[in-house]
Amino acid sequence: MEKLILRYFNLLRTAIAITIGVILSIIIIYIVSREPTFSLKAFLLGPFQNTTTIGNIIETASPIIFCGIAIAMSFQAMQFNIGAEGAFFISAAVGTAFAVSTQMPSFLHIVTILLISAITGALWGYIPGFLKAKFMASEIVSTLMLNYVAYYSGLYLINYHFRDKKAGFMVSHRLAESAWLRQFIAGTRIHWGIILALAFALITYYLLYHTTLGYEIRTTGSNQNFARFGGINVFKVIIISQMLTGLIAGFGGMTEVMGIHRRFTWQLSPGYGWDGVIVALIGKNHPIYIVFASLFLSYLRVGGQQLKLLSDVPPELVLVIQAIIILLITAEAFLRNVKNRIAIRKAGYSKEAGIEHDS
Amino acid sequence: MSTILESIFSPDFGFVILRVTTPLLFASLGVAVSALSGTINIGLEGIMLVSAFTGVMVSAFTRSLLLALIAGVAAGVLLGMILAYFHLYLKTDVIIGAIALNFFASGITIFLLFLFTGDKGTSSSLRSLVFPEISIPILNKIPILGRIASGHNVLTYFALLSVLIYFILIYKTPLGLRIRAVGQNPEAAESVGINVNHIKIYALLLSGFFGAFGGLYLAMGYVSWFSRDMTAGRGFIAIAASTLGSHMPLRTLLGSLLFGSVSAFSIYISSLEVPSDLIQLIPYAVTVIVLTIYSGRVFSGKIKKPKELI
Repeated sequence: MEKLILRYFNLLRTAIAITIGVILSIIIIYIVSREPTFSLKAFLLGPFQNTTTIGNIIETASPIIFCGIAIAMSFQAMQFNIGAEGAFFISAAVGTAFAVSTQMPSFLHIVTILLISAITGALWGYIPGFLKAKFMASEIVSTLMLNYVAYYSGLYLINYHFRDKKAGFMVSHRLAESAWLRQFIAGTRIHWGIILALAFALITYYLLYHTTLGYEIRTTGSNQNFARFGGINVFKVIIISQMLTGLIAGFGGMTEVMGIHRRFTWQLSPGYGWDGVIVALIGKNHPIYIVFASLFLSYLRVGGQQLKLLSDVPPELVLVIQAIIILLITAEAFLRNVKNRIAIRKAGYSKEAGIEHDS
Repeated sequence: MSTILESIFSPDFGFVILRVTTPLLFASLGVAVSALSGTINIGLEGIMLVSAFTGVMVSAFTRSLLLALIAGVAAGVLLGMILAYFHLYLKTDVIIGAIALNFFASGITIFLLFLFTGDKGTSSSLRSLVFPEISIPILNKIPILGRIASGHNVLTYFALLSVLIYFILIYKTPLGLRIRAVGQNPEAAESVGINVNHIKIYALLLSGFFGAFGGLYLAMGYVSWFSRDMTAGRGFIAIAASTLGSHMPLRTLLGSLLFGSVSAFSIYISSLEVPSDLIQLIPYAVTVIVLTIYSGRVFSGKIKKPKELI
């Protein structure tokens, strides 16, 4: 038992953090709702009530998975690139611009559009990567700023050059049907983007844990000096990891346009880049875990929508809960005492069984 | 076009710049003091929101401006303390902690707004107070300058004063010296007996203090209500402004003024068929360039290395 706890300590801590978050939300619902049982049911079970809501969970998860994996590529190399938001936005804008101004047979169209978006994203990621590698410019600040540059450039591109003036609101022209990612489950909007997201999760998992580049990224992340002395080209790794971030986020941004909206509809930055940071943290930067973390986050989101539709509890509860979960999951020292105590006990200082919880 | 030019070269435009700059300046000082201690606070967005909300609520229910001020500032400082606690004692990364704080602030303010007012958008159904505008006796008689600089909200003047406070704090007080020492080289600071954690806590509390005023001004001066996510990215713009000014008092003021001017300018030209989006992105691009040049010079040893931002 103790051995298991030590081995899976991180997983356990994540589980405890999530449990605390869920318990807190139950308590809050009981305090504020006039019909707490009903509201609670809407929040926790609502997302599973029918095909549409289950579909919602999966649709919502798709862009979050992309951004989560994207962010993880940089975080694995200890590059705090939070620029998935910007890469997502500008790649979707450039991809849309390309999509509405070209005509091709469907498959070819889809492939070239996604390629263009991915390249846009990768180039976008190159900027903070290069500035960090070459000039030591903090990628946190530069990506935050570049998010705004991407946002305004994207808006400029769509609103001034590809705007559908007949639409009545600020959106781009509609994509031709040849550029659509099909929605393949009746009654939902689940589209090929989710399949591509899962494929990306598998590819990046393989890349990170079974290739030389992945090893180099992870080594740079855990100890840059060690990596450098070990002959790894840290300069290259810093740039490549951030280009991958841009590439994946950009690709994800375009799938969202092609699968759900079929035109560029964002006048505000949609925030998936920040969601990506959350799931990368919950999933410990591991692509497969990130998929589950994204599903969990979008489950909470859909639960929030159900609260909004059915109950008197504001859905912003979800924002509060996810903040608390992030804080607890990333608090390195949270429950560390428990771990240490178990480790000491295991080492033979005490043979008492049972686990005490630290407050 | 000529009418636009006319209005831009009128004193009113200067007045608007100061008005728009005020919340940015408070937030920038909040970023600056934290960055100087080596832990940059990207949670100003959240701090401002919570303070704005607290100020509006307290003023609406107590009808006291003083209580609203105290509560708003206390809320900001409390958030700084929460971030400090998680970062320094529970070892959460300060960037992640601040991101979580921003989510938390956005959620909790809308959540409570709804519970108190039944409205999820704004608090306009409440009769909350605003800080007074003051006309400065002699200044308001001077032709152009008077129209630019007089008649502002009292917090705008406090914002300008805060630059001086910040200057005195970091250059003339033992705490300021320690904040800079910790930021530049924590090991060296530790070796001369400075408690690095304590200094960082103070810096984050100060960060919350300055940020709080930015929030209070937004909801009780700039406008007279609280609305959801009303900070609208100002906490992030502040990072740019402060970085642009390398976290030094006067230069941070100039950085804030630059961003203030650009957003004032884009308000003015938004009626024209000029792509304001492109104009709005310029200061961010400039910040990236300045950051790069500055970091590059530090990197190549031309100027002494302050501890890297994170």
